[in-house]
Amino acid sequence: MPEVRAEMVANVWKIVVAEGDAVEEGDTLVILESMKMEIPVIAEDAGRVAQLKVAEGDVVQEGDLIAVIE
Amino acid sequence: MLDSVLVANRGEIARRVIRTVKGMGLRAVAVHSEADADLPFVTEADDAVLLGPAAPAQSYLDTAKVIEAARATGARAIHPGYGFLSENAAFARAVVDAGLVWIGPDPGAIERMGDKINARNLMEEAGVPVAAGTREPVSDLDAAARAAREIGYPVMVKAAGGGGGIGMGVARDDASLAKAFEQASRAAARFGGSGAGPAILLERYIERARHVEVQILGLADGTVVALGERDCSVQRRHQKVVEESPSPGLTPELRERMLAAAVRAGEAVAYRGAGTVECLVDADAQDFVFLEMNTRLQVEHPVSELVTGLDLVEHQIRVAAGEVYGLEVRPRGHAIEFRVYAEDPKRFLPGPGKIDVWEEPSGEGIRVDSGYTAGNTVTPFYDPLMAKLCVYGETREEALARGREAVAAFRVEGPKNNLPFCAELLDHPDFVSGDYDTGLVSRMR
Repeated sequence: MPEVRAEMVANVWKIVVAEGDAVEEGDTLVILESMKMEIPVIAEDAGRVAQLKVAEGDVVQEGDLIAVIE
Repeated sequence: MLDSVLVANRGEIARRVIRTVKGMGLRAVAVHSEADADLPFVTEADDAVLLGPAAPAQSYLDTAKVIEAARATGARAIHPGYGFLSENAAFARAVVDAGLVWIGPDPGAIERMGDKINARNLMEEAGVPVAAGTREPVSDLDAAARAAREIGYPVMVKAAGGGGGIGMGVARDDASLAKAFEQASRAAARFGGSGAGPAILLERYIERARHVEVQILGLADGTVVALGERDCSVQRRHQKVVEESPSPGLTPELRERMLAAAVRAGEAVAYRGAGTVECLVDADAQDFVFLEMNTRLQVEHPVSELVTGLDLVEHQIRVAAGEVYGLEVRPRGHAIEFRVYAEDPKRFLPGPGKIDVWEEPSGEGIRVDSGYTAGNTVTPFYDPLMAKLCVYGETREEALARGREAVAAFRVEGPKNNLPFCAELLDHPDFVSGDYDTGLVSRMR
């Protein structure tokens, strides 16, 4: 099951999908914000959002799990 | 009598302003968020006031808290730096109404230049060339599409109230216009700062353009002087990375025309203090158009300081204090600034973190304006600028050579940083030759 992890320290600005949603490759899952820049976190594979591990306003560290796509 | 200055900013610019304030024998007051309590600008100030949590809205953008901090510390003037409240006319007015000295232009000038559409129309009236574009704010996508077709693709889409290039995008057809329009609207709502609505401006996009800006200084007697230009064409995501003065892309004749136009632009709004007239230069046609005016100190002001020998912050303070004097400017030599960002040098994505090693280069012709030192943490809450590495030489070649040495000698460990990109740029044939435009960085990646 592909895991989607944070590439950097950031604030979770917006959650775009919900658990259970079907996603296509390239779909935006959540939008992070770091250093005045919006960074979309995208699905690298098509599938279903099995788990969503963050909420809006959370601070994620580099490597933190954001979502699991199955 | 102006005996103390509160610096309503953070990081490198707060530290740089504080240095001049103290050098002039005045008392320097810092304000800061919880996240910035350990940074050098806080410890180097004579007095420091905690504003609130890290989020800018609860600290650096909270106008009431900033003015209260001035009252509580007895500061007589406020220097806004750049970004945050620097181009917020309502704040400038509130500062004056509180009986304090605002170190910046008249709030009316900020207001007139803050709206890019208004500024554009005003400049056209003053005889400063502008690009084909919208004379009225565009508020929905249909109107944007009509305007874009009238102007002719490609067009640049930007927030009328925005600044710093954030949210700006190029549209080459109706489909990409929708995306650019949405991006600009969102940026306007999030980072506008001045409370401007989601008004959008469309302008004809010039391919192969250089971004060249003129530093002006409006003196207390009403004279506006031009302090030469800065070439800021090395950009990623429409944000500057490297700036130099003089621009290697201007003929003496074009430089003279641009400096004269910048003075006219300043005179049109009775400008006082330091300001910057940003232009786009068509390198092939040796022609230019007005882009926008920044009514504040600019990030890259050190390159102008290095070639003119002037301290711009000192002049901002003296003009704001009402001191009347004349100024003769004779730029000399060549200066280059490299912005040291906390970002990876390949994709330029943010890479904040704790700084384990911080060793700045030093020596003849090298100046470093930094906001951090070893042990500090670069947090995700603010912009990624950690330091500005500036080099000076009698010639551009000498400045480039000094730049290579200084970049190699600058050691930063912990956060990601773009020093490897700066080194790469200094060896790139287009940058070395001086024949480059705003597309240089995207061609390198």
